[in-house]
Amino acid sequence: MMTEALARQHRIALTGNDAVAYAVKQANVDVISAYPITPQTFVVETLSRYVNDGELNAKFINVESEHSALSAVIGASLAGARAFTATASQGLAYMWEALYAASGLRLPIVMALAARALSAPINIHNDHSDFFGMRDAGWIMFNGEEAQETYDLTIMAFKIAEDPRVLLPVVVSYDGFIVSHAITNFYALNDDVVKEFLGVRTTGPRIDPDNPRTFGVLALQDSYFEFKRQQYEAMENSRQVIKEVFQKYEEISGRSYAPLKEYMTSDAETCIVAMGSTVGTARHAVKTLREAGEKAGVVGILQYRPWPVKEAEQLFSRFKRIIVMEKVMSPGARAGPVYEDIAATIYPKHSEVKIIDFTYGLGGRDISTRGIIEIYKKGKELIDKGKTDRVYFHGVRGE
Amino acid sequence: MSKTNPVSKISDLPEESKFRPGHRLCAGCGPAITAKLITLAVPEAIIVNATGCVEVGTTIYPYSAWKTPWVHVLFQNNAPVASGIAAALEKLSAEGRAKKLPVIALGGDGATFDIGLGAISGALERLDKIIYICYDNEAYMNTGIQRSGASILGSATTTSPAGRVIPGKQENKKDLIGIVASHHIPYAATATIWLWRDMVNKIRKAVNYSEQGPAFLHILAPCQFGWRYEPHLTVKISRMAVETRLFPIYEVEDGQLKINFRVSKPAPVEEYLKIQRRTRHLLESRNAETLQRLKAWIEWNWLRLENLEKAGKVF
Repeated sequence: MMTEALARQHRIALTGNDAVAYAVKQANVDVISAYPITPQTFVVETLSRYVNDGELNAKFINVESEHSALSAVIGASLAGARAFTATASQGLAYMWEALYAASGLRLPIVMALAARALSAPINIHNDHSDFFGMRDAGWIMFNGEEAQETYDLTIMAFKIAEDPRVLLPVVVSYDGFIVSHAITNFYALNDDVVKEFLGVRTTGPRIDPDNPRTFGVLALQDSYFEFKRQQYEAMENSRQVIKEVFQKYEEISGRSYAPLKEYMTSDAETCIVAMGSTVGTARHAVKTLREAGEKAGVVGILQYRPWPVKEAEQLFSRFKRIIVMEKVMSPGARAGPVYEDIAATIYPKHSEVKIIDFTYGLGGRDISTRGIIEIYKKGKELIDKGKTDRVYFHGVRGE
Repeated sequence: MSKTNPVSKISDLPEESKFRPGHRLCAGCGPAITAKLITLAVPEAIIVNATGCVEVGTTIYPYSAWKTPWVHVLFQNNAPVASGIAAALEKLSAEGRAKKLPVIALGGDGATFDIGLGAISGALERLDKIIYICYDNEAYMNTGIQRSGASILGSATTTSPAGRVIPGKQENKKDLIGIVASHHIPYAATATIWLWRDMVNKIRKAVNYSEQGPAFLHILAPCQFGWRYEPHLTVKISRMAVETRLFPIYEVEDGQLKINFRVSKPAPVEEYLKIQRRTRHLLESRNAETLQRLKAWIEWNWLRLENLEKAGKVF
């Protein structure tokens, strides 16, 4: 890292949850509202301590449910505040209708998600079922691999959400327990640097007594579609804004971000695609595979919505085989959501590229380097035999 | 926010309401009269409207009947949305970034008695500085007259019809103020549109109290469409509900319950029931038992309130 960039930050060891709380404190949010749910709880515990110790001048609203948490944040955001909430699993599911209200009202809310499985059976551990459940809710969706990415994305999320070309809520997801509870070293920007980067919120819908307006109208057959079309355009606009924010953030932090993270992809023939903490393990697996002469690579998904269409086409069309690893199940579908996004991006134009889908790690089932190597070998073999017409499961009894 | 004083005559109110004509609510709509009286009582306020008749009937894009800041988000979350706005305005106004106004969460009985009750309880327990106003028309009118926790015993709705075996709703109205006052908030009261001065002054009182914590109003707002009476009878029906003791007018201030409109000789409830098609069937001899239960409940409820009043600061 350049000395100049280093001077703007400090090294700190925190859990993923505390890294998020630290970023939110530095972002000087005005209002926080949340409800406790494992494994997110520490985010809001830490934030409430910041508030009660006077380190963060924000209103903290302890609500009685996640539905109310997002509702209070929606209200605060409508009043012009920079507002934040955090959740996981059932909490996110419970927020479902409010997710659509937040994006439909075009509010620059930022939410942290310590990604976790959904009931039933009840399970508190990591997978991406909750995250993909909000796929079509109109939120910008990021996934941090570890504390550094999660911290950086949380800071950048406010900048992206509040850009007048965007005005959409942003979720920053990170793997429950694996990232949320693990203490790691990372670089945090100094407070004044974040303050200068973000300023105070000045954009977006805002209740103004001197210019009374009606928010949340009833839009019928003659206007609803246009509102939704504008929301779609905002998501499209966010592509450019995200690019600019990543660039500006790199200038101050020295850390470079892209929607898709590549590892040993330049000459790779077979590529593993993953999201979240698995990406790091997959890099390690690919290193081992390379040593054995395999032309393997990894693509990690950092930006899920908007789906990086151009980058994905350029990148994925280069491979012979793509092995998608998904910590989510979509019963009855052709494949998991990431497979479908990749397939929709490269087919039919690049039909020579073959894709296979593996479901793994549901409910926190561990994935190891060895497991990823197994998936790689099995995936490669199945593709070469032409057996890609179903979803395969890794690490489950009965497969 | 400056303190508001009570009004004594209609000319004490602003000439123009910020709830403007041209909305799509029915002729003789009790909730519309409620909305108008709210804006007359507090011209400068932010209204956070739950999904319901008033919401859909007043803000059909590109029109709005509201000349005051108005927000709708969802059905059951007007209380927490209002809490979020109030918290944000407190923070931002202290920094000179916003102007502070009273925040009024407005919801029908469906939003208040039923789906939003948990969220309202949260806001009350936190002592959030909001005013909650429930306009109670005793059923889900917006979706087509379905039974709610506020529908009175025996009333016919589309989900509790006056059938040959079961003559309408078989449960009593939920004790909303009892629930609300048990949160020991600064102020809770009932009101109805007939007693407009009482209602306006209670709204103003609620605004003053909202500097300290939540204030709550339960307003009976008859619905000609759902109660099935002639539209010109709305105010009369509101009056009869009070005079039969079916809807007592009282307030809970600083823990003390006080009956504000003492009905010494209640009018026969049959007069009230027979002019509404939702309750007319209760006068048929085969439904005598339900009618008796309703009458017994009215008597018991009045006695209960009198006892609470005598008991001192019980809330």
